[in-house]
Amino acid sequence: MLRIAKLPIAVFALSIIIFPWIARQIPAIEHYTDIMVFVGIYCLITIGLSLLMGYAGQISVGHAAFFGIGAYISGILTANYSINAWACMAIGMAVTAVVAALVGTPSLKLKGHYLAMATLAFGIIIFIIFNEEIEWTGGPDGMPGIPGLSLFGFEFDSVERYYYLVWGFVLTVFIFTVNVIQSGAGRVLRAIHASEQAASALGVDVSRFKLLVFVYSAVLASLAGSFYAHYLNFINPSTFDLFFSIKLLIMIALGGMHSIWGAIIGTGLITFLSNEWLHYFEEFEIIVYGGILLFVTVLLPDGLAGVPGIVKGWFKE
Amino acid sequence: MEKITLASQLLQYLITGLTVGSVYAMVAVGFNIIYNVTEIINFAQGEFVMLGGLIMVSLHVAVGLPIILAFPATIVLVTMIGILIDRLAIRPIRRPSVLTLIVATIAVSILIKGTASLIWGKDPFDLPAFSGRNPITFLGAVVQPQYFWVIGFLIITAVALSIFFNRTIIGKAMTACADNADAASLVGINVKQMILLSFALSAAIGAVAGIAITPISLMEYDRGAMLAVKGFGAVILGGLGSFPGAILGGLIMGSIESFGAGLIHSGYKDAFALIVLLIILFFKPSGLMGSIEISRIKRF
Amino acid sequence: MTLRRIFIIATICFFSMGLLISQANAFDGEYKVGAVFSVTGRGSFLGDPEKKTARMLAEKINNAGGINGKKLELVLYDDEGDATKCNLAVKKLITRHKVCAVIGPSLSGLSLAVIPVAEKYKTPLVSCAASYKIVHNKKTGKPYKWVFKSPQSDSMAVKAIYTHLKNRGINKIAIISVTSGFGASGRSELIRLATEYNMNIIADEKYGPKDTDMTAQLTKIKGKAPAAIVNWSIGPTQVTVTRNWRDLGMAGIPLYQSHGFGSRKNIKLAAGAAEGVLCPLGGCNIAELLPADHPQKSATMDYLKDYTAKYNEPLSSFGGHAWDALQIVVNALTAAGNDKAGIRDYIENTKGFVGQHGVFNFSPDDHNGLTKGAFHMVIVKGDNWALVD
Repeated sequence: MLRIAKLPIAVFALSIIIFPWIARQIPAIEHYTDIMVFVGIYCLITIGLSLLMGYAGQISVGHAAFFGIGAYISGILTANYSINAWACMAIGMAVTAVVAALVGTPSLKLKGHYLAMATLAFGIIIFIIFNEEIEWTGGPDGMPGIPGLSLFGFEFDSVERYYYLVWGFVLTVFIFTVNVIQSGAGRVLRAIHASEQAASALGVDVSRFKLLVFVYSAVLASLAGSFYAHYLNFINPSTFDLFFSIKLLIMIALGGMHSIWGAIIGTGLITFLSNEWLHYFEEFEIIVYGGILLFVTVLLPDGLAGVPGIVKGWFKE
Repeated sequence: MEKITLASQLLQYLITGLTVGSVYAMVAVGFNIIYNVTEIINFAQGEFVMLGGLIMVSLHVAVGLPIILAFPATIVLVTMIGILIDRLAIRPIRRPSVLTLIVATIAVSILIKGTASLIWGKDPFDLPAFSGRNPITFLGAVVQPQYFWVIGFLIITAVALSIFFNRTIIGKAMTACADNADAASLVGINVKQMILLSFALSAAIGAVAGIAITPISLMEYDRGAMLAVKGFGAVILGGLGSFPGAILGGLIMGSIESFGAGLIHSGYKDAFALIVLLIILFFKPSGLMGSIEISRIKRF
Repeated sequence: MTLRRIFIIATICFFSMGLLISQANAFDGEYKVGAVFSVTGRGSFLGDPEKKTARMLAEKINNAGGINGKKLELVLYDDEGDATKCNLAVKKLITRHKVCAVIGPSLSGLSLAVIPVAEKYKTPLVSCAASYKIVHNKKTGKPYKWVFKSPQSDSMAVKAIYTHLKNRGINKIAIISVTSGFGASGRSELIRLATEYNMNIIADEKYGPKDTDMTAQLTKIKGKAPAAIVNWSIGPTQVTVTRNWRDLGMAGIPLYQSHGFGSRKNIKLAAGAAEGVLCPLGGCNIAELLPADHPQKSATMDYLKDYTAKYNEPLSSFGGHAWDALQIVVNALTAAGNDKAGIRDYIENTKGFVGQHGVFNFSPDDHNGLTKGAFHMVIVKGDNWALVD
């Protein structure tokens, strides 16, 4: 969990790069590249959230709000005012940073379930705003007509181009976050997680660090939101509701909270389950989904990222 | 039709707010019972309300049992489901961390919701009101008799629980577990049984709320989630672990929603209650009647 | 401990299972038509009857020999009311299953979301959602080339209600709607068309789809003393509003519901409170009330008989949208064969198609094909409807 080696990252990056080519060879999974785009977008959120929850020990049940703020700012500014999409992305991230700082400063003083409720409340309030401010957001019916992304004339208008764009960002963020964890700042975070009082006694400005991680995770969510908006060319408030915030938690819990790999695994698994693999069960889908969740939480408390460790343990026996 | 005075309007908002708030309060009390003994927040709490309503519908409308029999039968059935949750979902978890437990109870609520949609379908169901549907006019406000049943059940629940926790041995044993589980087991209290009992009690209270509210607002398979969220809000508002706090929190949230809808803007009514909750939390981080010690305990 | 091992091994196998299951989904029908409905989730009141109807109709067509002797394969996905899933489903239907046309989605927002997909892949799409924006490109003022829809627009339901109100000499009204897409769409049409019919909206209240009590909003409306109330929602909240309305003693103010009220189940659930409530309904809702010489009489009566016999539940008007959409596509397939452009052209020139919700007349400027006449005003009498003028 502490040392994240270079080899797995290289293997991972390589798999990501050749995946679309593999998918194209097998007709049954040709459309998996499409799903992987969404996996990538959600990974941007869960990497940050995993840092917040697994390392800084703070919970957020409202991250869908930041996802939505990024999406709507990108959507509104590009669709209605034709501002450059990349600039809007940056604006979205800046606005989200400010909102996260404003919300985080009082909220992060709360502990445990109180913090959970505060973030939950924030998430719902933002959702209600998206739903109610119809002149800006289009209300529950959503906002269509959001343009796609292009760079110096190169249009990201196919599934594969967007896939490489998103995953390029994901890999960059992943490597950056891993470096943070292994750096001095990472040790501070783990110290805070272990005991805020001890860390504070050692001179750490605990609230500043917590806020920093919170804002970082919020900004990543905003970036993800912008990518989402430009891919689907459409957004509506129900994408950014409480259930999505909970889904993010599930992705992290399932993958394993104490490992950034966990975020990727959990996100991939949940996204494929709910968008593809469970369709087979039709009306039993909800039950199978709940059942899988329950099994994994009961039997694998470290999430799926802990499986290799467990399997290694068997061989040692 | 004569115009209705502002005073009557305010009275109407208050009565509605108290009725809706009573449901939130009962859900919140259920949360607290389990939390006090186990430090777990059971996000499947809202599903007990849903099950109470729908099972009562099946027993009373489909099978034809009279209310006086169907009522306790429903409570027993929902209680058994509560016990099952403890046995199958909570107890087996090894090395529970708070996030794991949250996700486990969420998984349970998804399972229950999915099963309900298969058994009852997605349509809403109705129950006949306990004492008829003739509205009572009261200082210009019009009240359905069923509203009084809902508020009444809250009062009965509150009184019964306070007697139970303060006067009976079992109740005091449960309170002991809440304070210090290790010490309690040293004194010979079977902590596992107390946990079971807490789930059973919570389920029963949730079921009562569901049965009482269905004649007013029908019941369908996916009502549970929103109730759980609002009940949780009430719990936090009143202070985790505090029963008077839960009741106060529930009633306040229901009232803010009602007054907010009536006096300000109905589209934002849920936001008003949450904004007030946030403001209170920022000034009093352990809730209205909560204690600082409890709020410091939980880590992730 | 052993259970845990078994579970871990099973999990590792599960991943490969996913691939195998996807393989198993490759069927080999002759004519493939795709369908995306919100069978579960927030649109299930729409998608569930739509799915049942589409499957029932496809089966009926195949039992009668198929389309020009070839079998009709209906590939149906549930988007669960989610924009991401809807987008993925439509793309999958077009690229992987290579359908010649798509019917659905059930929700207006999602339909708007997948218009670019239909246009990009040049595949005819017949939506089962109500918003007029689906067949109206704001920039060009004309419909999108490849997109059609079968339901009447919300605007037609609103016009039917407003015409009735106007004829009664009422112009001071209150509106109350649910904050979901259905409610928001109806509300915006009510506001947009108000001046045209001389309506003065003196109160505009809202409630959430899972709310249990609307007495606060109705009390506020009561305080403003309107001459009529229009409620726009779907699901149990319609019934709750009706009950609250009666309980608050407001039965003296006529209550109009949206066409979402169209199921006798709602009358029953209202437990007598719905007496005298008015709403606009499409033909298939009131099949038995239509006069024998009405053009839709036999189609709607057949649908009513088949649906209630097969599924043992009352008809839902929304299923009719799927019936219309699928039949329109099937007619085009019969004439044009497996040619997307040919199907599109045929649909665009369809005239006099007798459907569940009206008689359709499409044209290059009108990809909906219905007029205000597709709605009939009814009033609740006892536990049934009666037509009003």
